[in-house]
Amino acid sequence: MPHRHTNWLYGIPYWLWIGLFVIAPVALIIYQSFFNIDSHFTLNNYATYFHSGTYLQMTVNSVWYALLVTFFTLLISYPAAYIMSHLKHRDLWLLLIILPTWINILLKAYAFIGIFSQAGIANQFLTLIGIGPRQLLFTKSSFLFVATYIQIPFMILPIYNAILDLSPSYVNASRDLGATNWQTFWRVIWPLTLPGVKSGIQAVFIPSLSLFMLTRLIGGNKIITLGTAIEEHFLTTMNWGMGSTIGVVLIIAMVIIMIFTNSDKPTKGDRPS
Amino acid sequence: MAKTIVELKNVSKSYGETTILKHINLELEEGKFYTLLGPSGCGKTTILRTIAGFTDATTGEIRFDGQKINDVPANKRKVNTVFQDYALFPHMSVFDNVAFGLAIHKLDKAEIKQRVQAALTLVQLEGYTNRGIAELSGGQQQRVAIARAIVMKPRVLLLDEPLSALDAKLRRAMQVELRNLQQRLGITFLFVTHDQEEALAMSDDIFVMNNGEILQSGSPVDIYDEPVNHFVADFIGESNILPGHMIKDYEVEFGGQKFTCSDAGMKPNEPVEVVLRPEDLTITTPENGKLVVTIETQLFRGDYYEIVGYDDDHHEWLIHSIHSPKDGERVGLTFDPDDIHVMRYGEKEAEFEARLDAYED
Repeated sequence: MPHRHTNWLYGIPYWLWIGLFVIAPVALIIYQSFFNIDSHFTLNNYATYFHSGTYLQMTVNSVWYALLVTFFTLLISYPAAYIMSHLKHRDLWLLLIILPTWINILLKAYAFIGIFSQAGIANQFLTLIGIGPRQLLFTKSSFLFVATYIQIPFMILPIYNAILDLSPSYVNASRDLGATNWQTFWRVIWPLTLPGVKSGIQAVFIPSLSLFMLTRLIGGNKIITLGTAIEEHFLTTMNWGMGSTIGVVLIIAMVIIMIFTNSDKPTKGDRPS
Repeated sequence: MAKTIVELKNVSKSYGETTILKHINLELEEGKFYTLLGPSGCGKTTILRTIAGFTDATTGEIRFDGQKINDVPANKRKVNTVFQDYALFPHMSVFDNVAFGLAIHKLDKAEIKQRVQAALTLVQLEGYTNRGIAELSGGQQQRVAIARAIVMKPRVLLLDEPLSALDAKLRRAMQVELRNLQQRLGITFLFVTHDQEEALAMSDDIFVMNNGEILQSGSPVDIYDEPVNHFVADFIGESNILPGHMIKDYEVEFGGQKFTCSDAGMKPNEPVEVVLRPEDLTITTPENGKLVVTIETQLFRGDYYEIVGYDDDHHEWLIHSIHSPKDGERVGLTFDPDDIHVMRYGEKEAEFEARLDAYED
């Protein structure tokens, strides 16, 4: 039996980690956001943010494109996860889905530059079927395509696990009570795998808010998101205060998403009073 | 005779090389309580699943009301199931679980409410409508699962080991309740269990299964008193099973002695197995006993003593008695000719019944 007064020692690595890599950076960003470019204390950064159409436009852009990416990712991932969970060699298929996440995002981005370029394989195909070549790279669609591709594994994984955890007897019970496959899906399978969908949305939407490398390399800066703005302020204009302010806005957006998607309690269906 | 409602004709089921069911034939009549009894892996749940429509028969016919239903999907069959793990939807309240099937069939709200209330009253859960499933005890979940199935007014209710997760006392109470419920509703129940006591207590008819075959079917008393073979005798209740020879009709030899018995219709000197139930053996003095055994051990079981003794040929004898002899004491055992049950090696149920019919008239 360990002594009671030594138990807190086991918590040290955890609290060190939280302190150094979570609390301190967030605190620094918040602190930084109250200083202007000349290191004077100011609230002007926030005033600028909420009064300038540009920043609000960027915010709307970020949220809109993150929503689109999340939507398309979910649209592809749910059926994919569902089919995979019913396959014979499902672990192998899962591994194949996860494999691309081990490759650096920049490498994947450059690979897509090759694929989408004027002489790339995508345009060769379009030429072959007689509708190309076209401008693919540096368009909004190509940005959405690549962002969705990159996010898919992070959406599939939690949904796949949720579907595997679903006891097949729920499906049998639903069928037994007269439900068709479609009714079984909407009334039983979907609500019971919703926690997996919510985790997937968290894992995809939040990083998608601040994708900045892809907006530049694939989207050709056609879409300026908050991620791009932060990068610009820190690396180009050297206005760390403004960059931090946008960072704070992003953090708040993330917290809001977490709260929305974290309703752990299973919802009981509507019932007559 | 009551109307046959479900019929399995020569149903077999195999997955690749493994055969789960071998030529199953059974008929279920309206309003009776049936039990499929057998050890785990004997195929009893598979029979249930083929009737429910969760799995298909490799060969053979499943009939409902005389109609072949092999290709009718589960959601179109007029049977409902109580699952072993209950399979209550965890994201719904008790009310919504019970109302699920009715809502699927698009009944109007008032009727759904009335029928759900009635079903919950039947299982003594009125007032639990708004509870979540996780808030219920195992026994309560069990009742919700039953309510969810009977609210559909099925003609046949399939129950897949529904009591196996309950503790002994609750299980006994639920046995009585299920039996009462079945009699009150008049629905055919097909109950799957590996617990022979449960099967004997609840059923009108039992199908004893092993290795994908129905070995014997009949009333609990018939099966208990006239087991068709070693497996059934051993699986149902406790028994002393000895090798012997049928000298002639109504006379059998075992343990080096001849006894009068009530069995006939076998070849002279045919090797047979003899069953004596432990509760049919009466302890007496060695002089009055048909057999003499030395008491080895005794266990007090509450309502009787479970006694083990050995005869002079070192055969083990299991005796149930309300009186306790002394350890190491030599005692006599008596029994009536009717208590001796003779089983032929390899005899099937059909042959067994034909033979019984031949000499019982």
